Amino acid sequence: MGELNFKAVNVKSLAKNFGKVKQGGGGSGGGVAALGGLSFEVDRGEIFGVIGPDGAGKTTLFRILTTLLLPDSGEARVMGFDTVKDYREIRKIAGYMPGRFSLYQDLTVEENLKIFATLFNTTIEENYHLIRDIYEHLEPFKKRRAGALSGGMKQKLALSCALIHKPEVLFLDEPTTGIDPVSRKELWEMLRRLKKQGITIIVSTPYMDEASLCDRIALMQDGKFLRCDTPSAIIASFGKNLFSVKGDKMGAMLEGLRRVEGVSSCFAFGNSHHITAEKDNGTKSSLTVTSLKAHLESAGFTDVEVTEAEPTVEDCFMELLSK
Amino acid sequence: MLKYLLEKEFKQFFRNKALPKMAVIMPFMAILIFPLVANFEIKNISLAVVDNDKSSTSRELIQKVAAGGYFSISEVASTYTHALRSVELDKSDIIMEIPAHLERDLQREGSSEILISANAVSATKGGLGSAYLAGIIGDFNKEINGNISTVVADSFTITPRFWYNPRLLYTYFMVPALMVMVLAMVCGFLPALNIVGEKESGTIEQINVTPVTRLSFILSKLLPYWIIGFVVLTISFFAAWIAYGLTPAGNLGTIYLFAALFVLAFSGFGLVISNYATTLQQAMFMMFFFVLTFIFMSGLYTPVANMPRWAQNLSIISPLKYIIIVLRQVYLKGSTFTELLTPFWMLTAFAIFFNGWAVLSYRKKS
Repeated sequence: MGELNFKAVNVKSLAKNFGKVKQGGGGSGGGVAALGGLSFEVDRGEIFGVIGPDGAGKTTLFRILTTLLLPDSGEARVMGFDTVKDYREIRKIAGYMPGRFSLYQDLTVEENLKIFATLFNTTIEENYHLIRDIYEHLEPFKKRRAGALSGGMKQKLALSCALIHKPEVLFLDEPTTGIDPVSRKELWEMLRRLKKQGITIIVSTPYMDEASLCDRIALMQDGKFLRCDTPSAIIASFGKNLFSVKGDKMGAMLEGLRRVEGVSSCFAFGNSHHITAEKDNGTKSSLTVTSLKAHLESAGFTDVEVTEAEPTVEDCFMELLSK
Repeated sequence: MLKYLLEKEFKQFFRNKALPKMAVIMPFMAILIFPLVANFEIKNISLAVVDNDKSSTSRELIQKVAAGGYFSISEVASTYTHALRSVELDKSDIIMEIPAHLERDLQREGSSEILISANAVSATKGGLGSAYLAGIIGDFNKEINGNISTVVADSFTITPRFWYNPRLLYTYFMVPALMVMVLAMVCGFLPALNIVGEKESGTIEQINVTPVTRLSFILSKLLPYWIIGFVVLTISFFAAWIAYGLTPAGNLGTIYLFAALFVLAFSGFGLVISNYATTLQQAMFMMFFFVLTFIFMSGLYTPVANMPRWAQNLSIISPLKYIIIVLRQVYLKGSTFTELLTPFWMLTAFAIFFNGWAVLSYRKKS
């Protein structure tokens, strides 16, 4: 533990490789690097988002932090405890909700909650205040078997079980994957309330739009953090002009845009295309809304609509990936 | 902590649709049905008869064969070719062809020849069946000789005395061994499959992040099945008593003691499998592979002494062999603990070996 002002999570050059490369996979050292030397810190009481596509290494990171997996090298501390040496201590103070529903499907809602309360040497009553908001939704179904619940309800039960021992750090691995938008919204509201109770929350998600709900985020790809900062700082550092383009023949237009001079990157973004262009050292870049539109129309595209767009975390992520 | 985990296991066991029923049905199946179907006594052999003589002697012979209980006449064929056709169609197992003029030859020359041909696809059925048939014809031979000439007294009479199983009942030989099979299933298979099931459904992860120790987790998996295993074993004792009047000649306590040792060894074996398997399919397949090997090496069906030398040496790897020896010895011979020291040490060695391996292979994995 050492110093008193330890961080909630402290990770130093953490690395993990999985097995051998099957075929065709490049990789260094013949293994698949799930984590390639990560270093970061999470302050106590913040919501820290790990954002990245499937296969970025999010779950591996979570499994190491929750003592389920041993790292190959580097070290990780949770509330000052080493994940390898002091794993017993971490198991007392951490709550973990895996990405896949992992409660007993053949036990009822109430029995599941009771089991996990007992295994942590506590009772449902003792920490009921923590889960009240979540568990209220489940109360009418408490005699129902967990396997018979809907997706959103399952997530709520899993969250209740992860919270029942009043953890100091809560790890949520993709809690919003596969549930409806209303439940997603509710879940984030719950996380905000838990933060107020002083619980540090580390959450992973593949959804970029959830990034702004976190205090700080890490953009993760291929076992590495591309950036790690507050969402607003990441957006502020975008440093390029961004245009949103719509028109007919969107597919062909993507190719057409890539040929336009001055376009540094171009990717599909919802029902439009986002185009980034260099800022030309403070002076206005050669590309403007009007010049871009002229380029496209001369290339034969019709109904072209070009607007300037505010960058989002997704734009930043795509930009970082293209480097 | 362990108490709650056990409560959970029992709850899940009894909530399962199939398992509790299986646990009750299995010992009854094993004790009441298996010994009757897995039986090496040959009965109901289908016999095709070709009677070329059609005399009173030949009819008498056919009647005698049919009355013995081993044979049922499936076909009375006019020629040998017809009879062979019925063997090809699998309607008959053995053909008995009585030559023309059997009666005349017997009376005139005092001898004749009867042809027995057997379908030897199943070597046991063909071999034993033709031996039975030859025996019956031999008896018949004596009878007609007796009718014709004076009885020649045998110089020796051999009266075998069968110890421990005087009526040579195959069921008495099988039932104690089948009890072991049931015990192996319940205490070896079920906990291992249960653990792998938790691995597959991911619930083990959720348990692993709690302060529950590995030991209490494993005990919570083993203890319920140990208890269920002993209940099932006791049911088997009763089933054997009610169905066959079979009670152990020796001490029931000795059986329980050895059963406990075997259960410890065999659930250790299950744990080893559960450490290496990540899916139920893998676990099932590995289990079947090893359990079949253990069974064939154990002398459950065929005596170990019948095996080739190398296989006999290999049979020491089967923990089933030793517990089967113990149950047969105690049940039929009434052996006491001091007469069973070899199985005792072997089972102890298995218990240490498998459980040690289970602990080591678990550490290596995480």
